[in-house]
Amino acid sequence: MSGHSTYEPKTGFERWLDARLPIVRLGYDSFVDYPTPRNLNYWWTFGGILSLCLASQLITGIILVMHYTPSADHAFASVEHIMRDVNYGWLIRYMHANGASMFFIAVYIHMLRGLYYGSYKAPREVLWLLGCVIYLLMMATAFMGYVLPWGQMSFHGAVVITNLFGALPVVGESITTWLWGGFAVDNPTLNRFFSLHYLLPFMIAGVVILHIWALHVVGQNNPTGVEPKSKADTVPFTPYATVKDGFAMSVFLILFAWFVFFMPNALGHADNYIPANPLVTPSHIVPEWYFLPFYAILRAVPDKLMGVLAMFGAIACLFALPWLDTSKVRSMRYRPTAKIHFFIFVVACCVLGVCGAKLPDDQVIPGVTTFQLMASDLNSFVWLSRVAALYYFAFFLVILPMLGLTEKTLPVPDSIASPALSHPAAAPAEATAAPEMKG
Amino acid sequence: MTAAAGGAVALAWPFIDQMNPSADTRALASIEFDVTKVGEGQQVVVKWRGKPLFVRNRTKAEIAKAVADDGASMKDPQKDADRVKPGKAQWLIVGGNCTHLGCVPTFGGGEYGGWFCPCHGSVYDTSGRIRKGPAPKNLIVPEYAFLSDTKVKIG
Repeated sequence: MSGHSTYEPKTGFERWLDARLPIVRLGYDSFVDYPTPRNLNYWWTFGGILSLCLASQLITGIILVMHYTPSADHAFASVEHIMRDVNYGWLIRYMHANGASMFFIAVYIHMLRGLYYGSYKAPREVLWLLGCVIYLLMMATAFMGYVLPWGQMSFHGAVVITNLFGALPVVGESITTWLWGGFAVDNPTLNRFFSLHYLLPFMIAGVVILHIWALHVVGQNNPTGVEPKSKADTVPFTPYATVKDGFAMSVFLILFAWFVFFMPNALGHADNYIPANPLVTPSHIVPEWYFLPFYAILRAVPDKLMGVLAMFGAIACLFALPWLDTSKVRSMRYRPTAKIHFFIFVVACCVLGVCGAKLPDDQVIPGVTTFQLMASDLNSFVWLSRVAALYYFAFFLVILPMLGLTEKTLPVPDSIASPALSHPAAAPAEATAAPEMKG
Repeated sequence: MTAAAGGAVALAWPFIDQMNPSADTRALASIEFDVTKVGEGQQVVVKWRGKPLFVRNRTKAEIAKAVADDGASMKDPQKDADRVKPGKAQWLIVGGNCTHLGCVPTFGGGEYGGWFCPCHGSVYDTSGRIRKGPAPKNLIVPEYAFLSDTKVKIG
């Protein structure tokens, strides 16, 4: 997709620099002249939005560190100091805390877009895998960041997550002790989490560069899933993508600002304004919303080790996705059955999220008691999460592998510029007959 | 080759082991506790090695219930008598962290009258044995000894 460079240095200085470090050329080729498919919709603007989120988290985070004290005795008070005493500290902390949620909203949309339009299929497997690595790093960073205020949810969240590794046979206990730096979550744990929470975002930034590099090697996917074939299929990045991305960022920032200024604690938990107390667990402990689906999968399995494996397996499915989906047709726009399953999958993820926020034995339909199965009433969130978790795994491990072999797909357009569907007569006969031959 | 690999491992180990508990953390002493502070049917939570420890003064009914359930089907079968000191059946001393993922179970909760873990719904009986939910093991009984009728040394 990336052809030869069309950058022409205009001034003497640019020519001088271009012969020594062609950085202006790199920027020009990547963000001005770069050809983008002409049919990209707004779901394609989230890559830019995510870059903005990362930049925002880095800047606000570095500022917060100037006022924060990473010590079990002082962390909670220093966060309150930021909120009450530091000039505009409240703003910067609320931007950072809500920014994490915004980051995850954007990344989930970005991932679902990739899933729907088949952006993980050849030749974009490495691009997808790098995205999965970024997502893993994001989860680790978000978890460790949530521990730093050292409130009740911070502390007991850290206890629960680090104990996950205790489920591993033989080495589990040594690993948790090693992670804690003691016999419980305590000051050493807080300090190492702080160190890593500062490090990981820069690692994310590094993998983002690889992610964009891989993107520029294979080119962007597009809603048809058909590779651009001629100049008629693409438009230059500037002004088309820059303006579109800029508009989407502005809308996204409105949502972000709405949370920061009008409901900054809506996505948090009141318990985290209570200083950490190792002797009392909050009566209703839940992770941040973006972890709820995985938390529900963990609780859906009655066995400790199997529950932990299921939770990590749910993420491992994402890594294996390029090889699980056997369909030759990239975009689900032309896969009627896969499209239905995609929307059920989205619903299943949302259901898991709701289940993760409830107590396992709470009733789904209030007041209705059915019968007990595996020590829980069938009308309970633990059973609902079992059904949804089963669908989650079936989607990746059964539906996508099988569907590619059996599904009757719709005709795929010959090229981006001439959609076969709107002009069926104009499309060559073999284009509709053999969609699997298309890139 | 071997020397280089050995050197690499030897250099890597300090960087890994620095994360393990430091000498001052490992030096945590054992504690002594006066059990008369615990009223019948109540429990006191003591902090030991940074974690909660439950000291529970069980009623006769609670002990009877625990003993009666000795034969019930359990994930981690253990007799109630093996979880207390001989002749001191009313004093149940167990680690206050759920064996699932380490939350602190609430006293008296759950259908067995022992503890209920609010995190993932594990239910313990009046002997601290796991009866329901995802936890794999009974609440841990630490090493302890009665120094006198009322004084207990833990650790």
